[in-house]
Amino acid sequence: MAWFKRKEKGIQTSTEEKRDTPKGLWYKSPTGKIVDSEELAKNFYVSPEDGYHVRIGSKEYFEILFDEGKFKELDKNLSSKDPLKFEDSKKYTDRLKDAKEKTGLKDAVRSAVGKSKGKELVIACMDFKFIGGSMGSVVGEKIARAADYSLKNNIPFMIISKSGGARMMEAALSLMQLAKTSAKLAQLADAGIPYISLCTDPTTGGTTASFAMLGDINIAEPGALIGFAGPRVVRDTTGKDLPEGFQTSEFLLEHGFLDFISHRKELKNKINLYIDLIQNQPIRA
Amino acid sequence: MEYLDFELPIKELEDQLTKCVAIGHESEIDVTETCQQIEKKLAATKKDIYKNLTPWQRVQLSRHPNRPYTLDYINAICGDTFLELHGDRNVKDDKAMIGGLGKIGDQSYMFIGQQKGKNTKTRQYRNFGMANPEGYRKALRLMKSAEKFGIPVVTLIDTPGAYPGLEAEERGQGEAIARNILEMTRLKVPIITVIIGEGASGGALGIGVGDTVLMLENSWYSVISPENCSSILWRSWEHKEKAAEALKLTATDAMKIKVIDEIINEPVGGAHRDHENTFIAVRDAIVANYDKLKNLSQEDLVSSRMEKYSKMGEFKG
Repeated sequence: MAWFKRKEKGIQTSTEEKRDTPKGLWYKSPTGKIVDSEELAKNFYVSPEDGYHVRIGSKEYFEILFDEGKFKELDKNLSSKDPLKFEDSKKYTDRLKDAKEKTGLKDAVRSAVGKSKGKELVIACMDFKFIGGSMGSVVGEKIARAADYSLKNNIPFMIISKSGGARMMEAALSLMQLAKTSAKLAQLADAGIPYISLCTDPTTGGTTASFAMLGDINIAEPGALIGFAGPRVVRDTTGKDLPEGFQTSEFLLEHGFLDFISHRKELKNKINLYIDLIQNQPIRA
Repeated sequence: MEYLDFELPIKELEDQLTKCVAIGHESEIDVTETCQQIEKKLAATKKDIYKNLTPWQRVQLSRHPNRPYTLDYINAICGDTFLELHGDRNVKDDKAMIGGLGKIGDQSYMFIGQQKGKNTKTRQYRNFGMANPEGYRKALRLMKSAEKFGIPVVTLIDTPGAYPGLEAEERGQGEAIARNILEMTRLKVPIITVIIGEGASGGALGIGVGDTVLMLENSWYSVISPENCSSILWRSWEHKEKAAEALKLTATDAMKIKVIDEIINEPVGGAHRDHENTFIAVRDAIVANYDKLKNLSQEDLVSSRMEKYSKMGEFKG
């Protein structure tokens, strides 16, 4: 006989009295490790047990890279028009509106200038949650203007890519942003201003066919998906099984397209070390 | 000659005309008047059909199997002065991307372009006009060589996209295209780009940053093909016609949003029905535009090219 006997059968707690764990208190990584959200934030949004780099946005990257999280945002108010009156199952204008409401962002990139280890740095950082980090006219223009700011003030430049590629709803105009951003980077290169490209998960399509692959150094976070054509497209076109780890940061490093892979925790140190070395300046502590 | 669905009324009239002429030859009946009537009707039908093409029909025309391809243009324009150059000096020679030197009049040009095949065997040989990274690197090598000797560059675009293959990714398809785009923005010789067929996405832009970008009347230029756009946004290929409309990919639309500078009109009935006059129109457009660019200093040339691309895009705020 059981030593404990339930007096009444079934669950008695009424629905109203049931208590849920508040949302966002825990994070589960793809390998199934569970992390406390606060712990995660303290650990640079990297799952401590398995090193999984959680997808984060401009807000978090600016916090991580700028001293005390302080920065001045550039060209804050640029936002998309709908030059082609694009409509698929949904109007582009509605998509934009939804994305703005859902994310609180104006478009898929934010640019800012601030101090990193005491020295000024311009960063343009993409936000994947805004229509898949897709690159349209606003992304192109903001990146071009941020590069201009670097050029005029002689400040090193960094782009953090996190994008599915060009924004289809701006069709040929979004394609032209590849040329626009690359033209600016050519000017930076001619002026001898260092440009660092950080590829994060995911960096695909048009971004890899322009600024993401054009850094004086191209670096990446561990395990990020980086490639021109997405894995599904490659599989469908070639009919071949893809090797394990295809198009990961490690794969790109092995094939010679990255200078190194950096854990997010070491990112700030490493980019500033590179800047000091390439500019032949004393290394900041 | 192959006929697309919407070209069938033309085929019918052409067949009638052939028959009419044959009857005239075989019998003693005077068919001159009937033939003339058919010819008149044929001309009117052609005009009517080709004047009112939908975007999707233009996409179909841009892929017409009888349409001239890159080497057809170059061989017709340069005759036996064309000297094809091969290889990226690194991995291999990409058959989907061709290039070489040739003359128009007294002026040498460096021609570069994607090449498609005309039958199953050559289509495979040319990889359907989809270049690998080595193709883009070969193109850049030739452009740099042209820059070194002050030779203007002409690029002819006709591609369904850069090849999305395993080895292409391993060898850095994205990087190859990105490098070309960057270097083209600052190349110190004039670049004239002509979209002669399909202009799909990064694969096109990888040789498509020009001081002047021209587009044949029945070609298309966009960030993605209508089929792929349809499969992403509508999750099926069925909506390709709608996608073609939405993408605003025709020459007229590209002109409106200032992505290109000039439209080259094709002979009535399209390039595939009259190669000779198409070649002449393209040659004349290249020469006229080179004349406009040749007296600019290197600095002015590069800065106005950069300025041109800096202005592209529409936004508010």
